[in-house]
Amino acid sequence: MLKKIGLSILAFLFVSSFMILSAGTIRIGAIVSATGPASFLGDPELKTLQHYVKKINDAGGVDGQKIKLIAYDTSGSPKKAVTFVKRLISQDKVVAIIGPSTTGETMAVIKFVQRAKIPLISMAGAVAIIKPVKKYVFKMVATDRMACKRIMQDLKKRKLTNLALISGSGGFGRSMRKQCKVVAPSYGIKIVADETYGKKDTDMTTQLLKIKNNKKVQAVLNPGFGQGPAIVTKNYRQLKIKQPLYQSHGVASKKFIEMAGKAANGVRLVSPPVIVADKLPDSNPIKKVALAYKNEYEKTFHTQVASFGGHAYDSLYAIVTAIKAEKSTNPQKIRDGIENLKNFQGVDGIVNMSPTDHLGLDTKTGMVMLDIKNGDWVIVK
Amino acid sequence: MSEFFGFLLSGVTVGFIYALVGIGFTVIYNSSGIINFSQGEFVMAGGMSTVFLLKAGLPLGVSFILAIMITSMIGIVLYKLISFSKESSQISLIILTLGFAIFLRGLAEVVFDKELHTIPSFVGDGSFDMFGTTLTYQSILIMIVSIVIVTLLYFFFKKTKTGQAMMAASINVDAARLMGINIKKILMINFALSATIAAIGGILLTPITSTNYEVGIMLGLKGFAAAIIGGLSNPFGAVVGGLVLGILESLIAGYVSSEYKDAVAFVVMLGILFFMPGGIFGNTKAQRV
Repeated sequence: MLKKIGLSILAFLFVSSFMILSAGTIRIGAIVSATGPASFLGDPELKTLQHYVKKINDAGGVDGQKIKLIAYDTSGSPKKAVTFVKRLISQDKVVAIIGPSTTGETMAVIKFVQRAKIPLISMAGAVAIIKPVKKYVFKMVATDRMACKRIMQDLKKRKLTNLALISGSGGFGRSMRKQCKVVAPSYGIKIVADETYGKKDTDMTTQLLKIKNNKKVQAVLNPGFGQGPAIVTKNYRQLKIKQPLYQSHGVASKKFIEMAGKAANGVRLVSPPVIVADKLPDSNPIKKVALAYKNEYEKTFHTQVASFGGHAYDSLYAIVTAIKAEKSTNPQKIRDGIENLKNFQGVDGIVNMSPTDHLGLDTKTGMVMLDIKNGDWVIVK
Repeated sequence: MSEFFGFLLSGVTVGFIYALVGIGFTVIYNSSGIINFSQGEFVMAGGMSTVFLLKAGLPLGVSFILAIMITSMIGIVLYKLISFSKESSQISLIILTLGFAIFLRGLAEVVFDKELHTIPSFVGDGSFDMFGTTLTYQSILIMIVSIVIVTLLYFFFKKTKTGQAMMAASINVDAARLMGINIKKILMINFALSATIAAIGGILLTPITSTNYEVGIMLGLKGFAAAIIGGLSNPFGAVVGGLVLGILESLIAGYVSSEYKDAVAFVVMLGILFFMPGGIFGNTKAQRV
């Protein structure tokens, strides 16, 4: 018993001395799914955060204060995300939180940051996170609804009004399918076929055969990520379907072109701008930031830039900008600072926050249409 | 009508993929009575090793052989674990294979990476057109290899001494041992054999399905369903089971809704377990008591 008391006193002393030592640092929490099924999101996010926090600190910190990044890996589990958010708030005493990586996890933790009044910038996609507006919750990532709108605009321009959907049944595909069905009518586009496939299916010819035999179809859209869209694309070419094939921002990576091989040629997709930063026209206001990020990421980690890492970059610099603007590391002030961001040039686009808009991302800069030609992207004018 | 044949053909193509994985389940079950839940991970190991050996610059043939050798070594490691285990009840051994599967997935994540990979088709990207759908050369290769493996296994189990010894071991270990059969050696060969088949499957499937560290979960599950439907003790049954599963999935997706496709495997499997516990080709005599 005595031993236990002694130990806890020791632990208390240790913790409190640590708190004193760490005064003068800005404690920022991060919750990412660096392993597990969503590791393709969390892995580049975590790498980006660690790299740029180090970079900021090496350059003298934010107004002389060093950033201390406290990052936890949820492996994609909302339960763990809640546990870690509670820990970040009550034990780690962070002033702001970046993450989680997925929509499910974000929805699970919103309640806790709202109660603790700690600002959170989510890196997930769904609209539901910031609509309706929650006082302490922000995100700067393009929503799937924006991607749908961008595709519908393009379809309308090409006068392709009868669209067939073939969606993955994972969270991403499901959510985007729903959003596209919501926005399609406002562009005068009819969904004439609506097929799905399992996340790990190995063959989608049956679904595509149905679409092929549907005489009304003028274009096909495939919301999904992972191997699904690559298989859909291969099967699409095998079946020699003539209509244009659209892919989502879920496959905006060189990996997709590698996986689908020659079949990828001729696919049109919607993409965050960072992927093609080097191809953006110089007049694009985000080219500088996006290109710098892309080059630095590729140089540091020797792998192709993923749009997801850009979300982490934007979130981190939004917090830094807010701290500088408010000259305070008080969570309340940081929140105000984020809400007042104007013309913030992020990797993902230009951000203008307001009390009624906690996304603030501009559709025009936030999404680009690309064609795949000869295994490379070409920006659609 | 041509639509129906189109769906049928897609089903057959997918069915052979399930079959190729399912065969491995029956081989281990045949000699040990154990359901090896790391079979899907063996398939993954075969595919992933090939991808990385090719990346390392080795020629195609050498990569295949090395990948098969690596995977059969993994099979032997699993056997060693099972034979060291103090617990000998089948349930605990099956749980051991499940644990080994999780271990292999984790290991693959560390040794290789978390990305998706593919390799080009070995027989070119060509295909035959029929019924408004297509049959790729790679799919035809998978069909041929599956049939060859099943035929070889049939002769192995029926005609060779080692194969007969394996069958004997599965029916009654003690009796087999008393007859002078070296059970340990037999079982080890058996695990290596099953892993070899899995590796061949993994290599052949990769150009179609692509591979990553967790591809074995789904393949293992569908292969297991195929083996159950066909009757666990019969490699030929696994092929029929795979075909039944693939065709049903395709027809459901084609005529009902692709949403319900994945439920098919489990409904059929439950139906089989309820009404024909031995599977379509199950040999009730081979049941262990």
